[in-house]
Parts: sequence; C-alpha cells; structure tokens
Amino acid sequence: MDLSVLNPAAIGAALIVAATPLLFAALGELVVEKSGVLNLGVEGMMIVGAIAGFAAAVETGSPLLGVVASAAAGATLSAVFAFFALILMANQVATGLALTMFGLGLAAMLGQPYSGMPAPEFPALSLPVLSDLPFFGRLLFSHDPLVYLSLALTAGTWLWLGRSRAGLILRAVGENHHAAHAIGYRVTAIRFAAVLFGGACAGLGGGYLALVQTPLWVEGMTAGRGWIALAIVVFASWRPWRALLGAYVFGGVTIVQLNLQALGVSIQSQYLSMTPYLATILVLVLISGERRRAAEAPACLGKPFRAEG
Amino acid sequence: MKLTRTLLAAAAALGLAGAAAAADKIKVGFIYVGPVGDFGWSYQHDQGRQAIEAALGDKVETTYLESVPEGPDAERALRQMARAGHDLIFATSFGFMNPTLKVAKQFPNVKFEHATGYKRAHNVSTYSARFYEGRHVIGLIAGRMTKTNTIGYIASFPIPEVVRGINAAYLAAKSVNPDVKFKIVWVNTWFDPGKEADAANALIEQGADVIMQHTDSPAPMTVAEEKGIFAFGQASDMKRFGPNAQLTAIIDNWAPYYVRRAKAVLDGTWESADTWDGIASGMVAFAPFSERIPPEVRAEAQAAIEAIAAGKLHPFTGPIRRQDGSVWLKEGEVADDATLAGMNFYVEGIEGELPK
Repeated sequence: MDLSVLNPAAIGAALIVAATPLLFAALGELVVEKSGVLNLGVEGMMIVGAIAGFAAAVETGSPLLGVVASAAAGATLSAVFAFFALILMANQVATGLALTMFGLGLAAMLGQPYSGMPAPEFPALSLPVLSDLPFFGRLLFSHDPLVYLSLALTAGTWLWLGRSRAGLILRAVGENHHAAHAIGYRVTAIRFAAVLFGGACAGLGGGYLALVQTPLWVEGMTAGRGWIALAIVVFASWRPWRALLGAYVFGGVTIVQLNLQALGVSIQSQYLSMTPYLATILVLVLISGERRRAAEAPACLGKPFRAEG
Repeated sequence: MKLTRTLLAAAAALGLAGAAAAADKIKVGFIYVGPVGDFGWSYQHDQGRQAIEAALGDKVETTYLESVPEGPDAERALRQMARAGHDLIFATSFGFMNPTLKVAKQFPNVKFEHATGYKRAHNVSTYSARFYEGRHVIGLIAGRMTKTNTIGYIASFPIPEVVRGINAAYLAAKSVNPDVKFKIVWVNTWFDPGKEADAANALIEQGADVIMQHTDSPAPMTVAEEKGIFAFGQASDMKRFGPNAQLTAIIDNWAPYYVRRAKAVLDGTWESADTWDGIASGMVAFAPFSERIPPEVRAEAQAAIEAIAAGKLHPFTGPIRRQDGSVWLKEGEVADDATLAGMNFYVEGIEGELPK
C-alpha cells in the first residue's frame, strides 16, 4: 500500500464539502432548539431546499438565486411547522415527523421535471495569492462562497447566542418560557423567528447538496442527512463550534474511509462505514463526563407554551 | 368479462388454479421498492409496465405502487393488490420475497412474479437478469479506454449479484489490458447521491479515469462529467447526466419479459417458472455507444455482445483462479449457474479484501 498516493489537501477539501450541508442544517436546528422548540422536520426542509435551489438555479441560470431560493423554501416549510406546533400547539415531535414526510413527497413532486438536468456551475472562490498556495490553497482557499458562509454563520451564531442581548433573550425563552413571558418577552414570536431561521439553514444545507456537492437533483437525495444534523446538535451539546466539529468529524471520517478503501486498505468496509457513527458516539461519551450541567439540553425543549395571564 | 372472472373463481374453487383458462382482459399490478423517478431500478421496471400497456392495449389494465418498503408494508400492499382483482402481480425487489410467498398462498388464483428471488410456488415465478454479461462488455471497453490503467468501481453491498459484476468486469478488462487495476469502494447503500459522489471523487483523486458503479443514483456519472473522465450508466441510460462522460450503460430491459408473461396469463398458458435471461433475450441491453469510443473498440465490444447472445462466449470461462490462487475453473470450463448465483469470492488479480 502506498500512502503517498493520498493527497491530504484534496481529502481535506472533500471533507469540507461533505461536512457543509450538515453544518448548515445543524446550526439552524441548534438555534431552534435553543429557543425551546424541537423540529424533527430537518430532513424534509433540506430536501425541499435542495429542489427549490436546484430549480431556481436551472430556471434563472444563477446559482446565487438558487441559494436564496433554497433558504426561502426551507423557511417557508418551517413556517408550516411553526404554525401547527407554536400557534395551534400541536405535538412538536409528531408535527416535525409529518414535516419530513411532507417535504420528501413535495420535493419529489416538484422535482419531476428537473431530474437529469445539469445545474449551472457554482463558481469556486479564486483569491489572487491565497488560492495558489501549495497546500492550503487547495484545502482552504479554493472553495465555493457557501463554505465560507457556513463558517461565518458558525462564528455569528456563537457570538449572537452567547454575546448579544437578543441571543440571551432567545436562550431565556428556551430555558424557562413562563419566566420569559412574565417579564414581557413574546415567547411565541421569538420561537417562530427561530424556527424560520432553522428552516432557512436546513434549506441552505439541502441547496448546497444539490448545487455543489453532487451536483444534481434526484428524488430522496438527502438520504438521511437531516437526521445526522439532528444528532450533531446533541453531539455538540448545543454549542456552535462543537456543531462545526461534529459536522467535520462526520464528514471527515466518511471521506477518509472512502479514500482508504480506494487505496486498498484491507479493513472490512462495514467497519469503515460505521466509523462516523462510532466517532460520534465516542465523542458523546467523552464530553458527557465533563461539565455535566453545561451539556444539558434547554430546559423547555419540546414543551408547548401557552400564554397565561 | 364478469363471466370469465366468475369462471376463474370457480376454477380456483375447484383447485384448478394453475389450469389453463384464457381471459378477455386482465389486470396487472406492480410493486416498486423505490420511486418511479429514480432513473434506475424502479424506473426501468415501470418502463416494462408501460410496455405491457402499449403491447396489449385494452386487453390489459395496469396499476402500480411505488416506494413500498421491504418488510411488513410489502405484505399489506401485495394483499391489497390481490384483493383488488389483479390477475398478475410483479413484486420487483429482492426483499419482497417472503411477503410475496405468503400472500400468494392466500390467493391461489392470482399469479405472482418475484424479481431476483429464489423461492417459488405453483403461482409464484421468479425472474432476474444476467447483468454480468453486460459487465463483461463494459469491462472490455473500460480496459481499452483507461489511460491510467486504473478503473474505479463504486459497489453497494457484498452480495453475489454485485461480486459477480465486479469479477466479470475485471476479467474482461484484464483480458484486453494486462496492466489494469480495479479500485473498489463499498459505500454500503443502494442510494445516497452525496456519498456516491464522494466515492467517485475519492477514486478519481487516486487516479481512476473510468468509473463503474453498482449503486442506483446518477451522481457518479455527474461527477465523471464534471471531472472530464469516463463512466458507465447503471440500470438505465444516464446520458443526460453525463453527455460526454457516459461510454454506454447497461440497461435493465424488463419489457419483453413482462409483455410475454402478461400475454401468457391472457392466453391461459402461464406457468410458474424460474427465468434468468441475459443479452440473448434482450433483458440485458445497452445504451448507444459513445462516439468517443474508438471504432475498433466499439467493434470489439459489439462482437462480444453478439458472441454472448449466440451462446459462443461465457464471461466466466476457465482458466480462472480465485483471489487466493486456488483454481476455480479449469481451462475451457464454464461456470455453472449455482456457483454464479452464490458467488462470494474475488477472482485472482483483484486487490483488497471482499467484505463479508
């Protein structure tokens, strides 16, 4: 076996691409859950974002409009969830599951005319000096703009949740909605906004999959990524940077195992395929030991809120 | 028609279910494991259904249920179809095997056809295609077309069907290009466009310039197009996903078989049987060869197709050794169907270990 065939920069770049849809979806869901809402419809919002983005990009010829459309579609679908779960106070788990099924079916229907169409190419970033750097050029400085958006979003979410007044209010709503209500915050409106943000992020993740990673449209193409994103939120114990770590660990192990197989490493492929999940479990076990309180879920997660008094 | 149905029912009641009885009009049902729009496996089965309608016109009525999960749901779907008065039901995925047998027992006068399975009954037939014949032909082309002598193979699950395909393609490629190497990546899924695309990228990164796949989505074809290399379509013509990349595609052509079986029910000549057809009957077909294949290679591939169709060439003809060096087939010996059906080893020359 010749390990020198492996190009770490290329593997690293592929890892980032594989992780980005997961990162978008996980960040969105993280904010939603911080506000005390559990939306299990991530898979449905991702796939609707995927077809909306793909269709818009094909129709207009602009990948940028495609990205906008995928975020808008994800947010629109999440508004359906918010209406049932927050306004009508339907069970959040059931509503979220229904949203996933609805999204998969809706995307399949909308997507029929777009199967097999080529997507307009998403231009990669090309920086004058940086992109030509020997190793880091390929690894870090020749991605499409969405990769950098996902990183900026991670930093932004971290700053906003932890360092801003608005973020504090959102967390307060998620930790104790009655107290937040009592001091005058509009719990339902805040949660509605969080759900919309989560939907837009999930839609972006789906759009990235259809416009950059694959790039094509096929029915059911998210293939469970929405569920992985949900797992990453728990793995991250509701912290943005850990969500980034989770997405990159998951994407990374997948990419590395595919490359090792292509290299002819004689490990049973089932073990290689399960490594991302094993790594997730391992990290979960490791972080559950330390600072137990901080790793806890928002106290009002999944509880319906009815304004009283 | 009502009279015929009554007569049929009466015949069934008398225990003459299998007996010949011609019908004026029949109802044919299909159960698919995936969406009709997968542009692969289920899509091709649905093409077969449409062919029945085209061939038999108003003598037949067809219906289908798509995305039926393998397991208890399949049994419910099958029973529903049988109860709705279907005369012939095609269950088109391996995992529908036991539900089909179970429901067939309860509806002895309904005929069932199960794809890729091995359990039969007096009213249950099985059918499959010799896709390894197609793999032989694309293996020849791949061996000639590769410049890096590296062919990337995206495999799904280590079941005999897939292993057979790898072996057939490798032996054919090796026969025209002794330096050829296969890099095989198992993705452990039938359908995950993102992962299939990642696998294709990993293979290309490591020098593969021709990609073969045994997974259902067109994602590897899209990647091949983007990277400017070659690939082969799977189950269906995938040219629209890779207008420059696709050299040809193995097409699962169920239509002639489906029309024949539906006709047999109409004529009252249907009998339980096991069918494993290949290129000769047209069940395994090819998409038009790409202009980018040189004429002499095209002629070579065409000759192989004709030789297989005529029964003069078997893709597994000795001498062939197993990966561990032991003799599988002696000089001139041809593999028997039983060994092929249960193939669980790589042939000599393939690197890497076959997952269990």
